[in-house]
Amino acid sequence: MSITQENFQFIADLVRARSAIALAPGKEYLVESRLSKFARDEGVTVDQYVTRRRTAMSHSDTELIVEALTTNETSWFRDSQPFTALSGHILPALTQTRGTLGSLRIWSAACSTGQEPYSIAMTLKQYFAQSAYQPQAEILATDLSQQVIDQAMTGRYSQLEVNRGLPAANLVQYFDRRGTEWEISAELRAMVRFRRHNLLDPAPVGGPFDVVFLRNVLIYFDVPTKLKVLRTVHGALRPGGFLVLGAAETTVGLDDSWDRVTVGRSSIYQKAAITA
Amino acid sequence: MKAIVIDDSRTMRRIISSILKGVGYEVLEAGDGREALDILTENPDTDLCCIDWNMPVMDGLSFVIEVRASREWRNTTLMMVTTESERGQIVKALAAGAHEYLIKPFTPEAILQKLELLGLLPIEENA
Repeated sequence: MSITQENFQFIADLVRARSAIALAPGKEYLVESRLSKFARDEGVTVDQYVTRRRTAMSHSDTELIVEALTTNETSWFRDSQPFTALSGHILPALTQTRGTLGSLRIWSAACSTGQEPYSIAMTLKQYFAQSAYQPQAEILATDLSQQVIDQAMTGRYSQLEVNRGLPAANLVQYFDRRGTEWEISAELRAMVRFRRHNLLDPAPVGGPFDVVFLRNVLIYFDVPTKLKVLRTVHGALRPGGFLVLGAAETTVGLDDSWDRVTVGRSSIYQKAAITA
Repeated sequence: MKAIVIDDSRTMRRIISSILKGVGYEVLEAGDGREALDILTENPDTDLCCIDWNMPVMDGLSFVIEVRASREWRNTTLMMVTTESERGQIVKALAAGAHEYLIKPFTPEAILQKLELLGLLPIEENA
């Protein structure tokens, strides 16, 4: 029933060639679940579906498959590593260089329906819960799409959405049940401001920022555009501030004005503390 | 990795088992909490239990309380997988010692994301 390694590799190679997104071993389940609809339409298993496509693949098949596997499925604490890096490295480093953090400004760029900025808010709450002082934390969440911004601003999520990557302890701590949906608490909502913004435009008002989350966005841009966006983000960060990219993204080889910092299995990028 | 899927619905057991087997778990099944305790006694190396709430003989919450009362099973991770979706029920299960809580209906990805959170998603290194 499950997909063979050979067929998984075929899909992984296709997706990497088209999107630079790497489907690592262990992500077989992702291929199975994302392609299951197409397979069902043909009345075959996912493995059989892939086998068929290996002999005859139209351009539209390729588009469908790549889109199905790269579409930003928004889950809470997506990929988990960036949030571990935030509490394990970024916040301690900022506290150390700045003494006490009077205020803390974080920009969640391409925030989609809000799971990322709210996951950041939960991470901050938990981190500073042990701390003697509470910084004034502001999270600016932006996206190109007004539609997802409107949805994020409702702060309401379906049962299926809260099942995705959100620890149950956080669900009961930060959400209230409203009929069939869950609504994010007022204290977290108060930490996040949503605004429509195009990354090709100058940085949004609300900076300078201490941290910018810009995940799984650069992969969709060509090199000149990547550089332009990285320059905008660099300009919007405070000296010593941090940039968090997606797992398949890097500034290395593109823009040498960042210092790469390895934290666990992920990399984050720091703007030099004193700029020339 | 070894898991016990505890649910009085055979269909639900089959669905959860097949997701877990898909990522490399050895899976045992039980139709209620009492049966699950017997299986767990014989398999103290069980890594994960996926537990329905409403079952005959012994319900899921009672099972969680029994398991947490014994030191022998302290390394076994307990995840409720149930249609019970009231906030109070989730609080009660977590307080009793459940590590995670997944509400039915769920997608296969949601169950695997929970395993990832719990550090219980095996990574296949053979590709």
